[in-house]
Formats: sequence, structure tokens, C-alpha cells
Amino acid sequence: MIMPAILIVDDEPNIVMSLEFLMRKNGYQVGIARNGSEALAAVAQTPYDLVLLDVMMPDVDGYQVCRTIRENASRAATKVIFLSAKSQPTDVQQGYAAGADLYIPKPFSTRQLMEKVRELLAKEPC
Amino acid sequence: MVIGFSFGYLALLFGVAYAAERRSATRQSLVANPYVYALSMAVYCTAWAYYGSVGRAAHQGLSFVGIYLGPALLAPAWWLVLRKIVRVCRQQRLTSIADFISARYGKSAALGALVTVVCVLGVVPYIALQIKAISGSFVVLIGSGGRVEASVAALFTAGVLAVFTILFGVRSVEATERHEGIVLAVALESLVKLLAFLVLGGFVTFGLFHGFADVFNQAAAQPALARLFTLHGAGTSSAEWFTLLVLSMSAVLLLPRQFQVAVVENVAEDHLRKAMWLFPLYLLIINIFVLPIAFGGMLRLGGGSFDADTFVLALPLATGHSWLALLTYLGGLSAASSMIIVETVALSVMSSNHLLMPLLVREVSGRSGAQPRRFAYLGRVALQSRRGAVVLVLALAYGYYAAVGHQLPLVNTGLVSFAAVAQFVPAVLGGLYWKGGTRRGATLGLLAGFAVWFFTLVVPTVVGPGRLPESILTAGVGGISALRPGALLGLEGLDYLSHGLFWSWFFNIGLYVGASLAWPPSALELRQADVFVDVFRRRSLAEEVAGWQGHPLLPDVRALLLGFLGKKRTNQALQTFAKRFPDALVINNEQVVGASYQPTATDLGSQAQALGTTHQAPNPADPRLLLYAEKLLAGTLGPASARLLLASVAGEEQISYDNVVGILKESQQLLEANRQLQKQSRQLQRLTDELRQAYQQLQALDQQKDEFLYTVTHELRTPLTSIRALAEILADNPDLEEEERERFHNTIGREAERLTRLISLILDLEKLESGQTTLVRAPVALAEVAAEAAEAVGQLARAKGIALHLDVPAELPPLPADRDRLMQVLINLLSNAVKACPLGGTGRIGLLAWPAADALLLCVEDNGKGIAQAEHHQIFDKFFQAQHQNMRKPEGSGLGLAITKKLVELHQGRIWVESAPEQGARFFVELPLAPPVRATAPFSTSYSL
Repeated sequence: MIMPAILIVDDEPNIVMSLEFLMRKNGYQVGIARNGSEALAAVAQTPYDLVLLDVMMPDVDGYQVCRTIRENASRAATKVIFLSAKSQPTDVQQGYAAGADLYIPKPFSTRQLMEKVRELLAKEPC
Repeated sequence: MVIGFSFGYLALLFGVAYAAERRSATRQSLVANPYVYALSMAVYCTAWAYYGSVGRAAHQGLSFVGIYLGPALLAPAWWLVLRKIVRVCRQQRLTSIADFISARYGKSAALGALVTVVCVLGVVPYIALQIKAISGSFVVLIGSGGRVEASVAALFTAGVLAVFTILFGVRSVEATERHEGIVLAVALESLVKLLAFLVLGGFVTFGLFHGFADVFNQAAAQPALARLFTLHGAGTSSAEWFTLLVLSMSAVLLLPRQFQVAVVENVAEDHLRKAMWLFPLYLLIINIFVLPIAFGGMLRLGGGSFDADTFVLALPLATGHSWLALLTYLGGLSAASSMIIVETVALSVMSSNHLLMPLLVREVSGRSGAQPRRFAYLGRVALQSRRGAVVLVLALAYGYYAAVGHQLPLVNTGLVSFAAVAQFVPAVLGGLYWKGGTRRGATLGLLAGFAVWFFTLVVPTVVGPGRLPESILTAGVGGISALRPGALLGLEGLDYLSHGLFWSWFFNIGLYVGASLAWPPSALELRQADVFVDVFRRRSLAEEVAGWQGHPLLPDVRALLLGFLGKKRTNQALQTFAKRFPDALVINNEQVVGASYQPTATDLGSQAQALGTTHQAPNPADPRLLLYAEKLLAGTLGPASARLLLASVAGEEQISYDNVVGILKESQQLLEANRQLQKQSRQLQRLTDELRQAYQQLQALDQQKDEFLYTVTHELRTPLTSIRALAEILADNPDLEEEERERFHNTIGREAERLTRLISLILDLEKLESGQTTLVRAPVALAEVAAEAAEAVGQLARAKGIALHLDVPAELPPLPADRDRLMQVLINLLSNAVKACPLGGTGRIGLLAWPAADALLLCVEDNGKGIAQAEHHQIFDKFFQAQHQNMRKPEGSGLGLAITKKLVELHQGRIWVESAPEQGARFFVELPLAPPVRATAPFSTSYSL
């Protein structure tokens, strides 16, 4: 069985570092993007099963990345979890409106995050 | 034969006057046309004009023109001034200048008497002159060896004219009745004197000489005559010219005879239009031949042996044309007689009305007896007194002539007379155009003017042997040099007439205006002032009567009150009134007229209502009710409108000028109040706007605060996220490799430091923004600080391959600054530059400083990616990165520039940036060398007590 592939998108190197450790530890394949445009390129190239997406990034913001994924019919199966320091209700709303499956405010619990990741990926029909 | 002619001529006048009176009786007036009116005005040209002008021209050249130029110049203004006088006199039934002035100033009897006295004293010598002219010319004509003495001729003349004047001048008591006979006779005489003078002039110019050019050429050939050709000929100064103009302007309006023909005898105001140009034309024509005759006389008769005043007669006599001499004699006779007649009529009416009648009326009204009989008696006496006055005036004139008159030249006496009349000018013109003029002012002014006139212009003429000592002229009265008649108060250098006019008008006008302003006028004076000044704006005299004339009906008054106060208040008001004046509401109704009946308000109300529906004769309202209603309405509408409304109810529906003005004033006050209200509402609006603005600012501040907090928490969350995640990883994975465990531990430590740094920056900024930060200022050597700052960033720059160039001269003046804060500013700017610079060895940073006026300029430049124009201001806002909502700059707290800006501003400096994308950036800091002393907040220290 091929383990699901997860794309980590964040401009904070230390956050990327901890997420990468967590995902690999749990056996997932991991891709990394350090800003919005890298994320768009990575998504276009690889059909990731899940994207862990930051909102505030220097060039293209997370909402835009999410909308682009949703507009791409061949990426319909890709799950998106927002991980953001923006935790206002309007921010959360905006995230779901962009097509997110889940919106988790930073700082997050690593255990809860892994539960949600597993939950989401288990629903996947394949 | 001369006597025969004279009589024949006078008989002709009698005939003409009689015919005119007859025609007037049959309503076919010969007088009611502008030509007769204009000709009658030419009574202005007396024997003085006829004989005297030539005499004056012979010695003083053109100056004779002055007294004709004045009236001619004034004529265009007649439509304004004379028409107003005519209108006033018609409305007020005024018949003389004394009437006019007396009526204007509160119908003052004393003032009327004063004016009359001035007129008599001023004009009698003038009449005497005319008598002298007639008798003198008579003597010249029949030859000095004649059988008739000059004085006898004079006496005879005076007698005949007295008879004529009494017959045609004072036939009835009614002074406003026009004297058509006299007017027509005067007009005819004006024609005769004009024709006679023209014939003589033509004879001299074209008979004795060969036309105008010949006369003037011959005259110019003689040096004594040549000097007369200029305006200043024979020493007539500008002041004298001016005086002549002013005097003649006054005289043509205010001399009693002019007032008589121009105002009293005026048939229609419209006649003024033609007279305005006919009269000046007459003056022009009669003056055409003055100079030729004067020159002719001087050339043919010689200046020395003949009195120049007699040239007019002497010239035809000397050349043997006795028929022509007779004609010119008749012309002179007509000029003199017409003047005497009209002047005497005017003076006699004035004397009788203002000197005699006031005494009589006072005496008669004290007697008992039936009123009609008393009035009839007064009427008889008035007529007789006028006839007596005619005789008296002519007797006075003859007496004056007999006593001193024969010594005087024609012209001067006339001008002194003019100056007397000129004393009326302030009171008349002021009375016509200035409502502020009062009786006291007019009286004092006139008295003073008359006194000065007498002293400066009359006293010198009666100085001489056997009369007044000559020392008065040279040393002044009582030896006081300020009291010399010719140089009053030391004023010298003016000619005799100008000097007299100046001082008499000075005191006259000064006292008139001064006293008018100093003492308030009486009500009657105020009313008369209105009547005179506003004569063109009034409709009738009836409006001026104060109080309520009509008898308005009670229901009408009630309806009026209802209209403005409403039913409830009207009834209340009437109740109050009924309680106060029970007797005022006695009602003309059988049921109501009871001896002990006291009407109540309800009775009044129902009675008033009943009156509206039944046909009973309604009651007139009590005058007290009218006043009461007026006051009630005045409270609502203002006094003038209230009076007007009641007037309309009372049947006095004509709106008088005063009322309209009153209403206008009130509406002006309303407008003013309205303006005030508008102003206040504008102020209120402005306050509201300011409040709204302040609120919006507060809201914006509030929002900023929210945003700041939001951004701060967001910024704090980022390192927290890493710390928490890594800590959990470490806890959940005890089996981690040592190397990795250490990496995670170190990362946690760095993120914790970042968090701490962020918190202290936020606190720092908060302190700066709230003004709690104080600077510790001391003279700082900028070069040292710059070097230290460069040192601090140097390592980081070198690590990135950035070249750091420092150019801060050591000899810059010391900067009064907080050294640590200045260092902070430099390090912030330098580290920002390091962050902006490209990697790979191409980055360059410069730190420069140079002196400017009263300041030092610092510049930190880099060759990094630059800043867009739109963001040049925003980058100094805190968390500017965060304001681009979801965007974010890769490095930095987002607080550095905000703090830097605050620090610079704390030093009273400025910071700004010059940059373009991909062009690098230059941050400039300007720090003043001598910062303005900042006032310390006075209440911040004592607060804690």
C-alpha cells in the first residue's frame, strides 16, 4: 500500500521542521513548499492527498492556493487543512469558503492534528 | 414828459394786473404757463442788475457775472430742491420763507419772528436801493438842473408803489391765494427791462461802434480797460468769485421776493422744468451787452467824470438820443418797481403773520366772547396789518435811503442783503434733507449767523463821521483786535464779503448742527422733520394725526384679535380687559343696558358673536380697547404692524410712510434674529461635525487598537506554535536521536528568545506612543555612534556578503540626543538595509551624514529591492506587513520602522524614504541641532497627590 502524500506549506522554517518530522514519523510521504507560489507549483505537479496550508505568506496567500486547488478538477480528491495564526471567526469562515476541509488555529496540539489527518485520509475512497 | 411816461407806464401795469385778476376770476388764467412763471422769476434782475452790472463791469470787469452765474449753475438742481420746497409749502400751506423755517422747526413762533426780522433788516436797504435807482435815474434823465429834487421823486415813487402793492398784493387774508395780477405785471416788466436793455445794447454796440469786435478792440487798446478782460480783472480773487456764486445761489432761492414768485406763486410743479432753462437763458441774454455798454461808456464818456452806474442812461443822452434814454429809463423803472412790489408783498405778509398776528392771537384768545366773532375780528386785523406793513416797509426803505442809502453803490448793498438771506441756507437745506435738525439748532444758528453778518458786513458801512468811530475797523471793538469787523478772530486776507460769509456760516452751521445734536427735539419737531424731509413719500397730511380717528366696531376688533391670537387667547384677553375696565364694555342693547350690569367675558364673547349674525347696530369699540388690542398685537407682530392693522380696522386704511418703514424695520429685526438663528444652527452643525469627526477618529483609533492587538497576538502565535509543536514532539518521542533532540531543544530556545524580543518591542512601542518615554539628552558625536552601530550590524552584513560604507565626518557639530536611542535608530535602519540587500556579494549599504541648516542629515542607503511609492508612508506604520492582510514580509518584527519613526520624532526630527522598486532605498533622518524647548506637561506631575 502506497502511503498518502502530504504537502506542507509554511514560510516559518521551524514550523515546517516540526510538521515534516511529525508526518514522516507517521509514515506519510512529505512535500515542502516555503511560500504560495512554490505550493501552487508542487500541487500542479503532484496529486497530493493532503495539503497542510498556512494562510499568511509573502507572495500568494493560503486562501488563494486553496481556491486554485479546488478549481483544478483533477485535484478534487486533495484534502486541505489550514494551519493558521489567524484565528478570528472571519478568518475561519474565509478558509472554509475557499474550500478547506478543516481549519486549525495555531498554536495547535500535535496529537489532535495527527488524529484529524488520519481521520481525513481514512475517508478517502481509495 | 418823463413824469408822464412814468405814470403812463405804471398805469399800464395797473391795467395789466387788473386784467389778469379779471381773467383769473373767470378761470381763464393768463399766468398758468411756464413762460410767465420763468419771466416772473426774472424779478431777480433788479435795478441793480440794470444799472449796477454796467457800473461793476466798468471797474471790476467780469465779476458782475458771478451773481448770475450762481443761479444759472443752480438751476438744474431746482428739480430736486425747489420742487421739494414747493411741494412742502403747498402741503403745509406755507407762504413765506419765515413760514417755511418756522413750520419746519416745530412751528416755532419765535423762529418765524426771527426770520422775519432778518429779512426786514436785510432787505429794506435793498429796497431803498431800488428807490434810489428810480429817483437817481429820474434825476439823470431830466438833468441836474431840473425842478424836482431826487428825494421828492423817491418819495413819490415809494408812494405810488405802495398804492399798487396794496391794491394788488394784499387784497385778502388768504395768503396762499396767488397774486395773478402782480405776477403778470412782473412778467411784463421783466420783458420790458430785457427789451430796453437789448435795444440800448444794440444801439451802443452797433450804433456807436461797429459791432462787438470793435468795442472790445478799442477797449483792449486802453490799458485800464484791458485788465478787465480776465477773470481776475481788477483784483477779484477766487474766494470772492466763490462767495459771489454761493451768495447768488442762496439768494435766488431764499430772497423773500424769489420765494414769493418761485414757490408761493407757482401754479404747477411741472412749470419748473421749463423755468430751469428759460431763467438761465434770460440771465444770459440780459448780460450779453453789459460789457459793451460798460466799455462804450468808459470810452465815450471817460471813467472819471461819470458815475459808471449811470452809463445806461448817460450814453444815449450824451449822444443825443433822448427817446432811447427814456426807453432805458423805463426798463430801469420796471426792474426796480417789480422788485419793490414783490419784495414788499412778501415782507408785509411775513411781518403781519410772524410779528403781529402771534401777539394778536394770544391777546384775543384771552378775551371772552363768541368764537366766530373772534375769528372775524382776527381776519380783519390781519388784512389791515398787512396793508400797514406795506406802508411801513416802504417807509423804512425810504427812510434808509434818505439817511444813508444815497452814499452806497448799488452792488455792494445788494450783496450784503444776499448775505443776510444766505443765513437761512443751513436751516432750509438742513430742514429739507436732515431730520436731525431741531428748533434750538436753527434758532441758535440763525441768531449767531445774523449777529456775525451784522458785525462783519453792516457795521463797517455805518462807520463814519457822526456815526460809529472809525477805530472799530482798525483796532476792533474795545480795542480787541480779534473783534475787528474786517478780520474777525484774526482772519485776514479774505475780501470783505468772503470774510463775512465765512464767519457767519461758520457760526451758523456750527451752532445749527451742534445744538441739533446736543438737545433732543420735541415730538412736534420730529413730526415736522418727517413731513418736510419725506414730503415726496407721503400721500396726505391726514396720516400724521396720532391717535385713533375712526370708530372701529367691536366685532371687527375681536375678529382681528381672533385672527392673530386664536380663539382661546382672544377670549382670555378680553376677559382680562373686561375685569380691568368694566365700564368700557357698556353695550348698546336693551337687555344689557342695566344700571348695575357688569359684563362678563362670556357675555362679551357671545355678544360679539351675536353681532356677527344679527342685524343690531354694532357698537363702536372703546378707545381703550383699541389701545389694549394694539398692545396685544404688538407683542405678536411688533408695534408698527400692530398699529397698521388696527388702523385698517379703524378705517384709516391709508398706509403712511412711517408705518411702512416701521414694518420694514421690524421685518429687518426678524431677519436679523433669523440670521442669528442661522448662525447658531451653523455653529451647532459645525460642532456636530467636529463631534462626528472626533468620534470617527476614536473609532479609527479603536479599530487600530483592535488591529494592533490582533496582529500582536498573531505575531506571538507564530513562535508559540513552533515551541508547542517541538515540545510535544520531544515529549511524545523519547526515542529521538540525540542530535535531533538537541536541534529541537535549540529551536525551542531561539523561538522563546524571539517571543521575548517581540514582547519587549511591543512594550517599547507602546511606551513611545503613550508618551511615557523620556529622552536622556546630551551632546553626542554622531561619528562615534555611527561607527558603533556599523560595528553592531557589521557581522551580519559580512555574513551576507554586503559591503558597508561609512561616511560620517568627525567634525560634525555635536547632536543633542539620547545616545542609546540614537543608536537604536541607526541599528534599526542598518539592519533593515541588510535584510533588503540582495545576497551573493552584490549588496551595498552606505551610512552618510552631513550638516544642514540647524540640523544634521543622516542617510542610510541600500541597493536592495526598493519600496513602491504607494508604501513610502505606510512602511512606518506598525505591522505594516500585517496590514496586507494575508501577505507577509519574510523577516522582521514589523515594528522596527514604527519604533524608529517614534524615536526620531521624539528628537523633534523627521524621517522619510526615497525609493522605487528594484532601485534600492534611501532612508533620511533629519535631527535638529537646537531642538525647540518642549513645554513640560504642567499637570502630569501633581497628579499623584
